[in-house]
Amino acid sequence: MRTIGKIIKYEVRDILRSKFVLFYFIFFLLLTEGLLRFGGGSTKTLASLSNVVLLVIPLMAIIFGAMYLYHSREFTELLLTQPVNRHQLFTGLYLGLAVPLGLSFGAGLGLPFLFHGFDDAGDVMLLLVMIGSGVFLTFIFTALAFWISVAYNERVKGLGISIVLWLFFAVIYDGLVLLVVAWFADYPLEKAVITFTLFNPLDLARILLLLQMDASALMGYTGAVFQRFFGSFWGISTAATALMVWTVMPFWMGMRKFTQKDF
Amino acid sequence: MRHRHFFFLFIFVSAVFLHGKTWVVKTPTLAQIITAAEPFDTIIVDGGIHRNTPYEIRKPLVLIGENGPVLDGGGKTEILIVHHDSVVIRDLTFQNAGISFVDDNAALRIEKASHIRVENNRFKDNFFAVYLAQAAQCTIRNNHITASNIRETNSGNGIHLWYCEDILIEGNQVSGQRDGIYFEFVMNGRIRNNLSENNLRYGLHFMFSDTCEYTENTFRNNGAGVAVMYTEAVKMHRNLFVDNWGSASYGLLLKEIRDSEITHNIFRGNSVGIYTESSNRVMVSQNDFLENGWGVKIQSSSLENVFTANNFIGNSFDIATAGRQNHSRFDGNYWDKYTGYDLDRDGVGDVAFRPVRLFAYIVQQNPPALILMRSLFVDLLDRAERLLPVITPPTLQDNRPLMERVNPL
Repeated sequence: MRTIGKIIKYEVRDILRSKFVLFYFIFFLLLTEGLLRFGGGSTKTLASLSNVVLLVIPLMAIIFGAMYLYHSREFTELLLTQPVNRHQLFTGLYLGLAVPLGLSFGAGLGLPFLFHGFDDAGDVMLLLVMIGSGVFLTFIFTALAFWISVAYNERVKGLGISIVLWLFFAVIYDGLVLLVVAWFADYPLEKAVITFTLFNPLDLARILLLLQMDASALMGYTGAVFQRFFGSFWGISTAATALMVWTVMPFWMGMRKFTQKDF
Repeated sequence: MRHRHFFFLFIFVSAVFLHGKTWVVKTPTLAQIITAAEPFDTIIVDGGIHRNTPYEIRKPLVLIGENGPVLDGGGKTEILIVHHDSVVIRDLTFQNAGISFVDDNAALRIEKASHIRVENNRFKDNFFAVYLAQAAQCTIRNNHITASNIRETNSGNGIHLWYCEDILIEGNQVSGQRDGIYFEFVMNGRIRNNLSENNLRYGLHFMFSDTCEYTENTFRNNGAGVAVMYTEAVKMHRNLFVDNWGSASYGLLLKEIRDSEITHNIFRGNSVGIYTESSNRVMVSQNDFLENGWGVKIQSSSLENVFTANNFIGNSFDIATAGRQNHSRFDGNYWDKYTGYDLDRDGVGDVAFRPVRLFAYIVQQNPPALILMRSLFVDLLDRAERLLPVITPPTLQDNRPLMERVNPL
């Protein structure tokens, strides 16, 4: 544990020195503040932010994650010459990046709201869900990035795969879902569609936000099925479990690759 | 008209010459007193629970409750039936009119009568509450109607009108009935300032009721919202349609409504704000569509409707259509999703706005696709469709979208 702590401490200092996390924090701070100030009330701001959260966070986490690991490759190799457990090293590197990213996102989004307040009570819940799913997405996509950059030595290849993976989750996957829905239009697909979303963390996060924002539209017949599922304890625990699996699985895969890798 | 003049003359004569006696009811013998009373007498019902229902009135009378009298149908019969013109019923409580699958049992039935006033009464747990059949020139005002049925089949309507003329319905509160207010074959009805909420089916339901006026009513959280059908020359002004949620629930459903006006209403938080099918020449202006699932769903069978000076704000979908046909006009509305510019600063956007999203069409065809809402993929599709419409109706566009929202009332 102490080793992990030490690695995290070093890494946080390193990241802060690179100013990226600071920039990341200021980006969310200015965006939220600007939207609150010029874009109308908190409800509208949150609606605009939801798009940003769903696009920017995964993209930033996966690209910055991959870049960081490639960048600190020499330092990692140096540490590996020391009597350090590989598991601890990987965990330390991962948490040292994911935690500051998650924190700066949460703080950047939350602080302006603390200052400006909310238009109505539902917005508090929406903000909490948004920060929660944003933090989850940060952890998931950082883990994916680590996995990729451990698996591929070539920097360009790794970055390319990261971007394609992001594109897949953000755009292509939904296109495929739509295709399936259109193809099998004659069948009751509600449950199938719910199952599909479990396989895409971005969709999961999006639906958690959707249920907070578009309640009246979703109360149509199909929507009611979604609402009932994701609104129930069973549905929420399924979604939370799926997000956990999505965090742990790539992390674990990356860790396995890392421990076996011949540097 | 002649009839009305005669009536006023009659009142005048009766006031001068007849000097109706006043009866006070202490013991539950209401039926006897109603029989004994002369025309134009006043009966004051002083408290008590009166169970010898149904009571029938066959002469002009004034029936007033004092100290909270209750007329109880015992869950079996109707309670009060008015068969004669010029009756006033005020400050009474009607409860437990019997549920029947054969008859439309009502707490208060007005049958082939005119000039009836029903004011400040309470109706609790009745099958039908107020039922007017072939009545004319009646006023139903400030009544409080509640019921707590769960199933539509053993629940009746709050205020039910069938073949009526010149009726004023004002300031009533209806909840928990099947339909809050129900009109069939009514001419020249005015429905003002009522609150109809939590009814099992429709808040307001009318058919074949021409030249009626609905103003300043609130319809909230009804099972299927408000449905109006097969009617012309309807005026709906300054009503509030809120929180009607469900797959078959509409803020306002229009079916075969012609030459009507819908102005200054607020549609907020409904699954569908307005759904219109085969409705022609309806003027929809200066309404607020706020935070609905669908602002307006318009079927291609609707012709020559005009939507102008409305605000569309925070709806998941502003407009949805079924096909590529559009025969209505959308002109000069405010759309919060409009991203165009206004270089000459005349308050009107220089680029036309297409309010129909491709995704709305997709969801209509494949409801489960709703789960893709707010996905980047769907946004890209929408953008492409807006540039080059191939599926959504190319003529459905607002050529003069407003830059600022139309001021509320």
